[in-house]
Amino acid sequence: MLSSLTRALIDSGMNPSIVKVDCLWTEDDKRLGRLGVPVKAALSKDMCPDHFAIYNTEDMLAWAEDNGSDILLNETAGLCLRCAPYPNDCLAVCVIDITSGPNNPLKVGPLMTSADVVMMTKGDMVSQAEREVFRERVLEANPTCTPIEANGLTSKGSVELAEIVLRSKDVSSDMRLRNNPPFSICTLCAGETRIGKEYQRGVLRRMDGFTDYRGE
Amino acid sequence: MHEINSLTILGGNDKDDNCDFVDSIKILKGEIIGVVGPTGSGKSTLIGDIEQLAQRDTQSKRQILIDDAVPDNDLRSDPRKKLVAQLSQNMHFLADMKVDEFLRMHAKSRGKPETLSGEVIEIANTLCGEPLGPENHLTALSGGQSRALMTADIARISDSPIVLIDEIENAGIRKQEALKLLSGEGKIVIVVTHDPVLALLTEKRIVMENGGMVKIIERSGKEREVCSKLAELDERIIMLRETIRRGETVEELI
Ligand SMILES: Nc1ncnc2c1ncn2[C@@H]1O[C@H](COP(=O)(O)OP(=O)(O)OP(=O)(O)O)[C@@H](O)[C@H]1O
Ligand SMILES: Nc1nc2c(ncn2[C@@H]2O[C@H](COP(=O)(O)OP(=O)(O)O)[C@@H](O)[C@H]2O)c(=O)[nH]1
Ligand SMILES: [Mg+2]
Ligand SMILES: [Mg+2]
Repeated sequence: MLSSLTRALIDSGMNPSIVKVDCLWTEDDKRLGRLGVPVKAALSKDMCPDHFAIYNTEDMLAWAEDNGSDILLNETAGLCLRCAPYPNDCLAVCVIDITSGPNNPLKVGPLMTSADVVMMTKGDMVSQAEREVFRERVLEANPTCTPIEANGLTSKGSVELAEIVLRSKDVSSDMRLRNNPPFSICTLCAGETRIGKEYQRGVLRRMDGFTDYRGE
Repeated sequence: MHEINSLTILGGNDKDDNCDFVDSIKILKGEIIGVVGPTGSGKSTLIGDIEQLAQRDTQSKRQILIDDAVPDNDLRSDPRKKLVAQLSQNMHFLADMKVDEFLRMHAKSRGKPETLSGEVIEIANTLCGEPLGPENHLTALSGGQSRALMTADIARISDSPIVLIDEIENAGIRKQEALKLLSGEGKIVIVVTHDPVLALLTEKRIVMENGGMVKIIERSGKEREVCSKLAELDERIIMLRETIRRGETVEELI
């Protein structure tokens, strides 16, 4: 999807830079490198990839500017489905696989519910009825988004997305997240491996929903 | 239902980027058109172009016009306004939902009453062998049951002026009945098929090769005769098939 969007943007005279954030391993930089635009792969390793993307947003923008680019495309893995690294000023695009089933849009959380555009891929593998049900579920979870049927193999949808990207506004200096990241800061985040309530400090939530802060 | 009078396919290119031999076809309201060609020749791709009302933005670079004009953007994407119903080649559902829940959701997406669900299930059961019920999981349906449900869903919920049918013959459901069910009065029906009975039932057929539209054949008088004989023969084969399906033995060629 990112490749075909990049090609569509190049075709309309843009000069994008791409940063791909992944967790442990990626060779997307090699794949994307063939497009002839500046590409950087960044691994978040033991930091949450979304927190990593948020933390590095300014650096990425500065890097894109140094490259002389007029637009930065940032793809992130988005794994825990609880965060969304979308700044208010940027165009937020969520790519979702239709074969994951029509319940998936309800599970994805802010990554999809606060996106501007939802690209639904692999529609070629299901019936028209399933595509329509999936779209309905996407709109239930995010009534204001623009859902686009896309195909990673044939580039379907990328021209439509590129048009939206071209219409999107520039970022300001005062960027804010669209969503609060999850609240959990606990001793597990700091490297604790022992299991048991007595070892845990921080903002903690029980199965019954009771939330408590334990610590100094 | 939105009324339309014609659908036009403007040629694009084949797999090797050569121009489609057929540079334009206009299909009128009420016509049934066939699409034939070897496996991999681009039949499904052609009807895929029609489903998405391609505007030179697909692999084939074809363009689709409705009533001689470029269709509005929301006709392409909003299921409540869609002009096209498509029975694709897929044999199974992937959605992890129950039949009734799925049909209600689909009816909602098309702006139709959710109560259609029961009717759709009833129709599906006239097309397949073992009946399916509202509480069945979609992913547990057999290939034939899935196709029967997809067909009934199109007949009632996706009811649209343009109907695209991709190989209805390949799931063991009653194909002629299914075709009748899908091709209502005044619709444009496009049937992709490898089946001689279905191919000869259509008045015109588009021949595909290497991804391109290579010619259009109008059905001849002779072919019409062959077709009605073939349909009779087909009826007999279907009866034999039913006999075998019921676990009985075949005594003679009826
Ligand atoms: N005009 C075209 N330009 C580029 N690629 C094409 C074109 N038409 C078809 N193809 C490609 O050819 C392959 C086979 O096409 P398709 O699935 O449409 O064949 P088919 O005739 O429906 O085959 P089958 O009878 O097996 O269903 C697909 O990968 C498709 O993307
Ligand atoms: N059938 C089909 N396959 C797709 C589509 N988009 C991607 N794929 C395939 O799915 C696989 C994963 O695609 P990729 O873009 O790498 O997905 P990612 O792992 O989410 O980054 C690849 O084999 C693609 O060829 C699509 O729209 N339809
Ligand atoms: Mg990827
Ligand atoms: Mg096909």
